[in-house]
Amino acid sequence: MTTIRRWFFELGLGARMSVAGGRAGWTRLALIAAGVGIGVAVLLSVATLPAAIAASTAREEARTDNAQEDTPKGDNTLLIGNATTMFGTESVHGRMLQPEGANPPVPPGVTTLPAPGQMIVSPALAALMRDNPLLAQRWDAEIVGTIGEQGLRGPAELAFYLGADTLTEETGERLDRFGFAVTGEDEGPGTPAMLLLSAVGIVVLLMPVMVFMASAVRFGGEARDRRLAALRLVGSDAAMTRRIAAGETLAGALLGLGVGAVLAVGAALAANRWASGALSFYLYDMRPVPALAALIVVAVPAIAVLVTLSAMRRVVVQPLGVVRLSTTVRRRLWWRLVLPVIGVVLLWPLRNGLDQQNPSSGVEFQAAAGVALLLIGLALLLPWLVEATVDRLGGGSLAWELAIRRLQFDSGTAVRAVSGIAVSVAGVIALQGLVSGIESVVATGGTETGRFQHQILPAADVPDGTWTAALSKTPGVLDTRTIRTVHGERDGDSVAIRIADCAALSRYADLTGCADGEVYGIAVPDGRTEYQLRDETTWTPPAPTRQVAPSAEVEGFGSMLLVTPAALAGAKVPPADPTFAVDLDTSRPEALEQLRNTAALLDPQALVIDPGNASVADVMRTSRQGLLAGTIVLLVLIGASMLVNVAEQLRERRRVLAVLVAFGTRRRTLTGSVLLQATVPVLIGMVMAVSMGSSLAAVLMAAVDAPVTIDWFGIGTTSAVAALVVLGTTAAALPSLMRLTRPGNLRNE
Amino acid sequence: MSVSFALLGLLENGPRHGYDLKRTYDDTFGRDRSLHYGQVYSTMARLLKNGHVEVESEPGDGPDRKRYAITDAGITDVAEWIARPEKPELYLQSTLYTKVVLALLTGRDAAEVLDSQRAEHLRLMRELTRRKSAGDLADELICDHALFHLEADLRWLELTAARLDRLAAQVKP
Amino acid sequence: MTDQALLSAEDLHLSFGETKALDGASLHVRAGEVVALMGPSGSGKSTLLHCLAGILSPESGRVAYAGRDLTAMSDSERSGLRRGEFGFVFQFGQLVPELTCLENVALPLRLSGTSRRAAHRIAGEWLDRLEVGDVAGKRPGQASGGQGQRVAVARALVAKPRVVFADEPTGALDSLNGELVMKLFIAAAKETGAAVVLVTHEARVAAWSDREAVVRDGKVREQEYAR
Repeated sequence: MTTIRRWFFELGLGARMSVAGGRAGWTRLALIAAGVGIGVAVLLSVATLPAAIAASTAREEARTDNAQEDTPKGDNTLLIGNATTMFGTESVHGRMLQPEGANPPVPPGVTTLPAPGQMIVSPALAALMRDNPLLAQRWDAEIVGTIGEQGLRGPAELAFYLGADTLTEETGERLDRFGFAVTGEDEGPGTPAMLLLSAVGIVVLLMPVMVFMASAVRFGGEARDRRLAALRLVGSDAAMTRRIAAGETLAGALLGLGVGAVLAVGAALAANRWASGALSFYLYDMRPVPALAALIVVAVPAIAVLVTLSAMRRVVVQPLGVVRLSTTVRRRLWWRLVLPVIGVVLLWPLRNGLDQQNPSSGVEFQAAAGVALLLIGLALLLPWLVEATVDRLGGGSLAWELAIRRLQFDSGTAVRAVSGIAVSVAGVIALQGLVSGIESVVATGGTETGRFQHQILPAADVPDGTWTAALSKTPGVLDTRTIRTVHGERDGDSVAIRIADCAALSRYADLTGCADGEVYGIAVPDGRTEYQLRDETTWTPPAPTRQVAPSAEVEGFGSMLLVTPAALAGAKVPPADPTFAVDLDTSRPEALEQLRNTAALLDPQALVIDPGNASVADVMRTSRQGLLAGTIVLLVLIGASMLVNVAEQLRERRRVLAVLVAFGTRRRTLTGSVLLQATVPVLIGMVMAVSMGSSLAAVLMAAVDAPVTIDWFGIGTTSAVAALVVLGTTAAALPSLMRLTRPGNLRNE
Repeated sequence: MSVSFALLGLLENGPRHGYDLKRTYDDTFGRDRSLHYGQVYSTMARLLKNGHVEVESEPGDGPDRKRYAITDAGITDVAEWIARPEKPELYLQSTLYTKVVLALLTGRDAAEVLDSQRAEHLRLMRELTRRKSAGDLADELICDHALFHLEADLRWLELTAARLDRLAAQVKP
Repeated sequence: MTDQALLSAEDLHLSFGETKALDGASLHVRAGEVVALMGPSGSGKSTLLHCLAGILSPESGRVAYAGRDLTAMSDSERSGLRRGEFGFVFQFGQLVPELTCLENVALPLRLSGTSRRAAHRIAGEWLDRLEVGDVAGKRPGQASGGQGQRVAVARALVAKPRVVFADEPTGALDSLNGELVMKLFIAAAKETGAAVVLVTHEARVAAWSDREAVVRDGKVREQEYAR
């Protein structure tokens, strides 16, 4: 036989051995396949995202309605108005369409433009309107069709086109075609904080998956080594046994690839069916990027084999048994420090915050790389730390002593499972910190509790009286004020002059002690100044009584003059755009929807401002819940691998266990020692994970300019779940402990 | 005869008087039976005749004054004897076998024969074990030799006990 | 003689599936005597030993120790008895591999609640007594087979048990090491007054006993204790 053919034979022999090993062999193969499969499914799903996002972005670009300057009115133009609204926390993409001739442009996914009083909706919106009568009442229009798939981001997108006849050149834009790309895209790649979140998120998601896969291919390794010893007895050499072992792992990894593909398809189907918002894609969008898919298909089995071979480096399989060298090799520290140190160096520049003005400077990739290196470093440092720690432990009760001695004897198996826990917990704590940091930044406005927090900015020319009348009839609206805004200009700086009473103005700044007749300034000169107004007139409002700091919500919006009615003292106010400030009874669940309904019926383009910025905060809350769920799934997986390790170790030690029972050792002592044996490494891992995770979180919080806090809730929950996993593992190992300590195991073999 | 070779061998370390020779022999080999003087002198006389020893007489004659010394021929003879393997002794027709077969032929309880024999063997083995744990290394070696032989017998007994049924079928017509 | 017995089994029956391991076995052990349990492989020797030690419960019959019925005890009571009154030596693989030899010997004492320090001091004395004081700090894997068995003997005797159960204690050793283990074992047992139940198929090992009992087909032929 040629060398190549012999190698194939040996790999094949290994693969056959993995399935021919009876029930234990099958269990081992199933565990490896499940572990690798879960990892592969996650990897494939991540590999699918770029293509899916690109596809939905392409469709979104095809329907953009950027108006060109000076498009002449013609047979082929239409007027378009933005009627986007919200339902609950979900955004509903909406446009008003008003053709100006016989051949108006038609947005993708639409065959005929809706006539006035008609609307075309996306299937998801149609379903939502069917389920929510309140939403169905929002537009006084008949649904005459649905938007086709080529006109939607994804199946779950809420979108509509509303036929209109009220748009003017003032309130609408003129278009002669859709999909006119404008340089300087208005929807950019996202804020730096969000980019950072997604980059770090992917790293945190993938790291434990890697660690888990690496430990999955080592499931049942001891039994495999014993089988290999039997092969050595009949004459295979050390290199052959390694290839046979590689073949066994390869069988599991290939099966895992299949399992992973099936799981990924299942996940895609589930996402297609249930996902909402930005992560909803059509099935045909969800094709993994070919290069990434190829990389997964090649790299996963290759890494699995490498992990197996490197694990076998510590094991000498001899004809009459297996010798483990793990105790003779002392773990060294220095090389384990290299990666985390590089990680710290990469993360160091972030401590002063991200550059908000320059979102694509690549710093988020640097951060992601830093996080990845730190997490890998954690997995590398942990074995050393556990060894160094248990070597210094001793004394105590008998159960403690048995456990510690066992860990001193061989801590490798225990640590492998724990490094998975540690990496996921550290990553999740870091991510939780980042999420709650972003949350605290975006949600600061929502914490204010003044009246008149909601505002309506009309677009169409509807008389003020109609608005106030309609608003006062809206359920949930307690009171309404009209804020007049005059846009002035001074030395080229624009100043918004807002005229309303104290209660309505307090939305813009803290006006404690405000009385009618006063004037407040935000970043305006102290004295009486003349302002240029829009229609070439000038106006000189009274000088500010006091300079105030803007509230968080209007911070960064430039100069502002807040004028109470009495301060005008009969001075002539030029015509001004009204803003309606609404005191909404937010304790009524549907009040906000009613307000949106009133606004949309009067003027579909009117903007309803909800002070909570609830959507971002809700996204954050959802992602935190998602993170927690993900952590629990990961920890349960790791618990399963710990269980396999413990069961295997118990089986290997059944004779010693039976002898200990013969000597009258209490089951309590044995159980306690198994529990401690699992707990001590987990505890060390958790301490390290929590401290590293919290430091990472602090850096990431600083990066998004959030106050640095410690996320005790996240630490508490993840630690509690980790503790539960340890307890669960021990509890699940008890039946096999009881079985293995039966006296039958005392018999001479 | 091993006594003559033993005495001859003892002379290799230097000439000795007859009395001296007997004491040394008794100390080294004579665990159970010590030599009589007569036996020493008759053996020496035979060796003298064969030319394996010679006599160095000292002044003041008499039998006790004779010193025996080994000759070159004697040394050669001792070397040959030590190097020559002993013929293994076989006990194909041991008394025990006869007893077992007879018991089977006459319808007596053969297992009982074996069991009482085992008890007897073990009794002796216990005795030897006690002796060797009280004695020195030489005692231990000698007792162990006997113990291993007895153990061999016992193994045979166990094996025979396990095969009594087949043996009965063969010896009975 | 039954009334004088420290440990006795009467008419024990126990089957593993189809196989009758014990089929009416009876045995009596007096305080301080060494009884050898002999018999071919699979005759039920080890099963009888496990029943006598309260590790296995017979299906019928009675095991009595110092007038107490073992078969009527709960598992934890029997465990307590094994901790305090019994000691064990097996053929191999009985030492906890990750504990040092000293810690292994100290184990029974610590199981009975002796402090770590006192247990280690007593264990050290026992290792010296069995001439293996030099392996005290080593793990069993670093000691030779003979040394390991002597460590095991020290562990069986360290808590001053009244009965030591030894199941082929020299089975994995060569003659010389076997001799040494038996010599030190029996001497130490006699000195402490412990009775020994010695399972062996080797006559030379059985010769260290005071009397023998032969197990065959789950039954015991017990030699009368004549002295």
